[in-house]
Order: sequence, then C-alpha cells, then structure tokens
Amino acid sequence: MNAADDTDARYLDGNAIGGPLTELYAADLTAAIVICASCGNEQPLAAHRVYPDAPAMVVRCPGCTSVVMRYASDARGVRFEMTGVRLLTVAMSSDETA
Amino acid sequence: MRLPDWPGHVAGQHVDVRLTAPDGYTAQRSYSIASPPGQPEVELVVERLDDGEVSPYLTDELRTGDQLELRGPIGGFFVWPEHSDTPVQLIAGGSGVVPFLAMLGHHQETQSDVPVGLLYSVRTDADVIARDELRPRAGVDVVLTFTRDAPVGWDGPTGRIDRDKLVRHTVRPEQRPAIMICGSTPFVEAVTRELVALGHGVDRIKTERYGGMGDGS
Repeated sequence: MNAADDTDARYLDGNAIGGPLTELYAADLTAAIVICASCGNEQPLAAHRVYPDAPAMVVRCPGCTSVVMRYASDARGVRFEMTGVRLLTVAMSSDETA
Repeated sequence: MRLPDWPGHVAGQHVDVRLTAPDGYTAQRSYSIASPPGQPEVELVVERLDDGEVSPYLTDELRTGDQLELRGPIGGFFVWPEHSDTPVQLIAGGSGVVPFLAMLGHHQETQSDVPVGLLYSVRTDADVIARDELRPRAGVDVVLTFTRDAPVGWDGPTGRIDRDKLVRHTVRPEQRPAIMICGSTPFVEAVTRELVALGHGVDRIKTERYGGMGDGS
C-alpha cells in the first residue's frame, strides 16, 4: 500500500467493516478497542478510518494513519491481516442484546 | 421487511444488503435501520444514487414479496446510549438521520426521560426524511437547517452546520452530552472539529460516516 498518497482519498470509518468481520468473529468488533502497533494510539475500531475502495478494505489508525488491518473476501476465501494491531480488547457485557 | 430469524436489533445498528447478479457478481452496501427495536418489521431508508450499484435496484426494481440477502444486525459502537445520565445530542447530515429515527422511536417506546436533541442538516424541504417522526415532543428537541432551499415562510436556521449553529442549537459542553454524529465523511469531520473547539470531549463524541457521495449537507 502506498501510504501517504492514499490517506486523503475517500474513506469511511470502522463501522463499515463491522459486517465483513462477522464472517470471522461472533463478537461485534466495531466497539472493540484497538491499540495501534505503530504509535500506541488506543481507539474503538469504529473510530478508525476505513478505505473501502482498495482491493482489500484497509483500516488505518486515526492517530498516525498506519495500516492496522486489511480484509479481503473473494473466490479464494476471506483473508484478514492485522499485524498493525498490538492489542484488541472486546468488552464482554452481560446485557449484550445482539 | 419481515425477517423470520431476526434476533432483534439495537437502535443505531445497520445491515449489509448483498445483491448477486446472474453471473455471480456481487455488490454489497450498508444501510442503517430506521425502525425502533420494538417494532416487529425492520425498515431501511435507501437513498437512490444514480450511479449506484445497489440503491437503484432497491428503489426501482424490488417488489413486495421479493427476497433479499441481508447480514446483520451489525454494530455495537454507534448505538443509542441506553443508560445515559447526561443529555443525548444527535447531529445528522442528509440521510445520516436514519439511525437517529430508530433512536428517537426507541426513546419514545421506552418512555425514556433522557433529554435528547437532534440537529438535522438537509438540502431542501423535499429531502427531509420521515417528517412525522421528527416532530418535537416532550424531552425531544428537533432543529432543522436547510442548506440549499428553505421552505417558504421558514424562519428557522439555514445553511450548513457551523460553530454558531452548534452554540445555538445543541446541548452545551458543561452538560457533558453524549454526542452522536452521522453523515458524509466531510460533514462528520467538520462538525466534530467544531464541537471539539467548543469544548466537548472527544471521548463524548461517536461518529458514523456514510459512503454516499454528493450528500455533504
């Protein structure tokens, strides 16, 4: 990925990758707290930038714009890369509705 | 829509709609749920984008009785703050109002006593979504601003949401409102920036950005 050039382009946020990630995870990850492996920034996945137009969905840190996750789904299957994540925390609430 | 195995949703969640062409090509888009959780049928609001891959099918071709491939409900972040002990301020640009319709409906269904305000930026009177559900009532304050053409006789705000409108028409930072903003990416960025400048904590602001282009009201 060519980092700097792409970061001004059209982007959404981590809410947009919530659906695709349900193919892999039972828990909702949009509310999960992500610590960026590059800068240590700590934010909910929903507050991250998501670039949906690349061949993969690319999730970038809202602090330093480093790539934290990439997700692709095609005939070969689902591929999910998250080397840019130092720690992912999913809060387990007792009154989980969904 | 009637959804047989629907597990129920939380106000603010969305679904992904997937269309598959006869040749196997698929296109998928996210749509916020407009109906409150207490309602048995699930309503989406679809804004038709002329160059869209999914919305023209949903608005022009889909008929009662047709089946759709859906994934959801999705999202646990951009949802109504159920046990908020501070007021809730909703700020919508264009079709970004849709998740807030579910929240206002839920607020009414549960007879919540949390004060809620909605500031809704929309291009023209004809673009207002769900006018009936946006009528102010006890505990609910709704303010519209028209960015292109205001209706005749309108004496409310006009023009885009700026710092002055936020000061006049939203809950003050001292009250520590839970703030939710939904709209196009430029809308969300601009409103968030102004709110932070006014003294609202970043940790009190939740946002959802819409993909539809040309909806920057």
